[in-house]
Amino acid sequence: MAQMNMVQAINSAMDIMLSRDPDVVLMGEDIGYFGGVFRCTDGLQRKYGDHRVLDTPVAEGGILGAAIGMGVNGLRPVVEIQFADYIYPAFDQLTSTLARIRYRSGGDFWSPVTIRTPCGGGIRGGQTHSQSPEGIFTHVCGIKVVMPSNPYDAKGLLISSIEDDDPVVFFEPKRLYNGPFDGDPNKPAVPWSTRPKGEVPDGYYTVPIGKAEIVRKGADVTVLTYGTLVHVAEAAAQRAQIDAEIIDIRTMVPLDVDTICTSVKKTGRCVVAHEATGFSGFGAELSATVQEQCFWTLLAPIERVTGWDTPYPHVFEWDYFPGQARMIAAFTAVMEASA
Amino acid sequence: MSRESRLHIPRPPARPGAKPDFSYLATSPAGAVKRPDVNANTRDIEFLSTEMVRVLDEQHTAIGPWNPHLDPPDLQIGLRHMMLTRIFDDRMLRIQRQGKISFYMKCTGEEAVAVAQCMALRPADMLFPSYRVQGLQIARGRSLVDLMCQCLSNTRDMCKGRQMPVMYHWGSGNIFSVGGNLTTQFPQAVGWAMAAAIKGEDHLAAAWIGEGSTAEPDFHHALTFAAVYQAPVILNVVNNQWAISTFQGFAGGELKSFAARGPGYGIPGIRVDGNDYLAVHAVTDWAAERARQGAGPTLIELVTYRAAAHSTSDDPSRYRPKEDAAQWPLGDPVDRLKNHLIAIGEWSEARQRAMESELTDMVNASWQEAITYGTMTDPPTLDRDLMFEDVFKEVPPHLKKQREQMKALLPKGEKR
Repeated sequence: MAQMNMVQAINSAMDIMLSRDPDVVLMGEDIGYFGGVFRCTDGLQRKYGDHRVLDTPVAEGGILGAAIGMGVNGLRPVVEIQFADYIYPAFDQLTSTLARIRYRSGGDFWSPVTIRTPCGGGIRGGQTHSQSPEGIFTHVCGIKVVMPSNPYDAKGLLISSIEDDDPVVFFEPKRLYNGPFDGDPNKPAVPWSTRPKGEVPDGYYTVPIGKAEIVRKGADVTVLTYGTLVHVAEAAAQRAQIDAEIIDIRTMVPLDVDTICTSVKKTGRCVVAHEATGFSGFGAELSATVQEQCFWTLLAPIERVTGWDTPYPHVFEWDYFPGQARMIAAFTAVMEASA
Repeated sequence: MSRESRLHIPRPPARPGAKPDFSYLATSPAGAVKRPDVNANTRDIEFLSTEMVRVLDEQHTAIGPWNPHLDPPDLQIGLRHMMLTRIFDDRMLRIQRQGKISFYMKCTGEEAVAVAQCMALRPADMLFPSYRVQGLQIARGRSLVDLMCQCLSNTRDMCKGRQMPVMYHWGSGNIFSVGGNLTTQFPQAVGWAMAAAIKGEDHLAAAWIGEGSTAEPDFHHALTFAAVYQAPVILNVVNNQWAISTFQGFAGGELKSFAARGPGYGIPGIRVDGNDYLAVHAVTDWAAERARQGAGPTLIELVTYRAAAHSTSDDPSRYRPKEDAAQWPLGDPVDRLKNHLIAIGEWSEARQRAMESELTDMVNASWQEAITYGTMTDPPTLDRDLMFEDVFKEVPPHLKKQREQMKALLPKGEKR
């Protein structure tokens, strides 16, 4: 075991897969010689050469299109889109081909591409370096969508994603790269070494795609969340003295409906939380799932805690970010509604 | 791995620790390239896309058919704008390092591109900037206080606190909003120019991207639409050799000049020494005249060097030799214009020093004024209600509701 932050854990996952599988190749802007703008691929080109860790032209659509072709020809590409905010030029390749090639070719062609991309705000990145577009991809049939909230899961899930024969979009909450973040920007930064999930095995292991994790057991309310807001929810529950059962969704597609519904049926109350904008966000899918499957056990209407429905604003970042105050207001609402 | 890769991988000529190597850079002697008529047929002037238009020679003299014969006072104004751009950049970088703004991007070494091009265009021409042509703002007379207030996200911020620093725009100055998403402005400029033509006006549009951005599909869209509709637009590729750590070979620069992409679409391409103020002015003037006469678009490649880091989040010493900028064969644009003015007896080192000092004072005074409108940490602060405005023309009911929720949950100043 080693102490790793999320950057090191992600790097380690790719390192292991490059060494285990000669078909694994990495591609992306600034990822090779430079090691990536967030350092996630640091040292990998030196170790595996520039024919397996490829710098690319600045063209996200080209990266995705080429990755599809490489995958069809037997390689297993892992591509980095430098910021999730830059993924849109690749959207056509991703949705029209990558997501459907197996389906449209009757199962004859497929391409096991993994797309890693940093998402989320909290770094004063404004509207072009802060977005959480995961909901857009969950709406496209044929893509698996993953977002880890800690180093241990990041490594295990990334290895699973690379090994998966279906395409996976792997979102990395950039505010968590160097440490957990509970939503309070005024607190000193906390390193991952303070958390059990900062303990990461050096070698190969997987965390399965399609399995949520209960990160805090509780009886009063189920919190369905992922990414940065897992840590916000934990801090808010502690601050408000709420016995919350917090579920880290981890994989949006495929969704672990059993873990979710078992918990909600137990607590009778549900708060859904994510950093992305609320309207038509992935939280709407979570709410609908709970409503469909747990309606008769619900004691209160489901509450959602999300980013406001505006672009991510530079200077109002902390008014925008769904932090502890908003989380606690939602806890209070579900508790009072059922009283 | 037993398999041997046969793939070609571009590699820059020098990495950190190695001697700078610019042997790949093809240049032409000053004055050597012919200046064709603006109505010349694209196929007859392809040489413009492979040679390099240069006016200033080693003795700081302006020579050849592209010499724009600008009056010395105009050159002095150009020098002033370039100097101001540089001093402003240096000051803003220090301010960022002091933590007073969140981010900054300099254009050091590339000042002639924006300033000379802007000076060759008319005020009603619409400019679609990248994030590294702040000289357009300066040359069009933008108040420094306005630029600083944008970087500060304060109460006078033109972007109402919503944008990262340097994402300026200027409605009344005809400069479009800087987009953080690369190359998007290129086809937009073509559309603006198409509209000018539809409306029967003789205004033109000009747009700037870096050479790395030519890999994005929007570059192809822009050239296709510009060619199909013969739009009155000037499409500028600022080839500053580096897109963050990606050297120009990764945009295809090893194989063909960026200007040479133009003729493939039926658009004249001109390759110009981007650090030669006179040459940049001359080719822009040529392209503008062409557009105004209805002869269509021009693609200009401005060959320069990004002497600064990509941004305050970048460290170029990780991927290129430290001495690269100093050894760039095309020199420094400010020095070259200054030396030219001195050579023709219209400037002196003493006047240069006096101007530098005057501009430094001006930048400092502007900063003192800008912070009276607030900083990210000190009042006055922007009304956070602004977050919900301009998403749509009218604030829709769901955003009004969210705005009320925000106020109820987070009274101003309370811990989040």
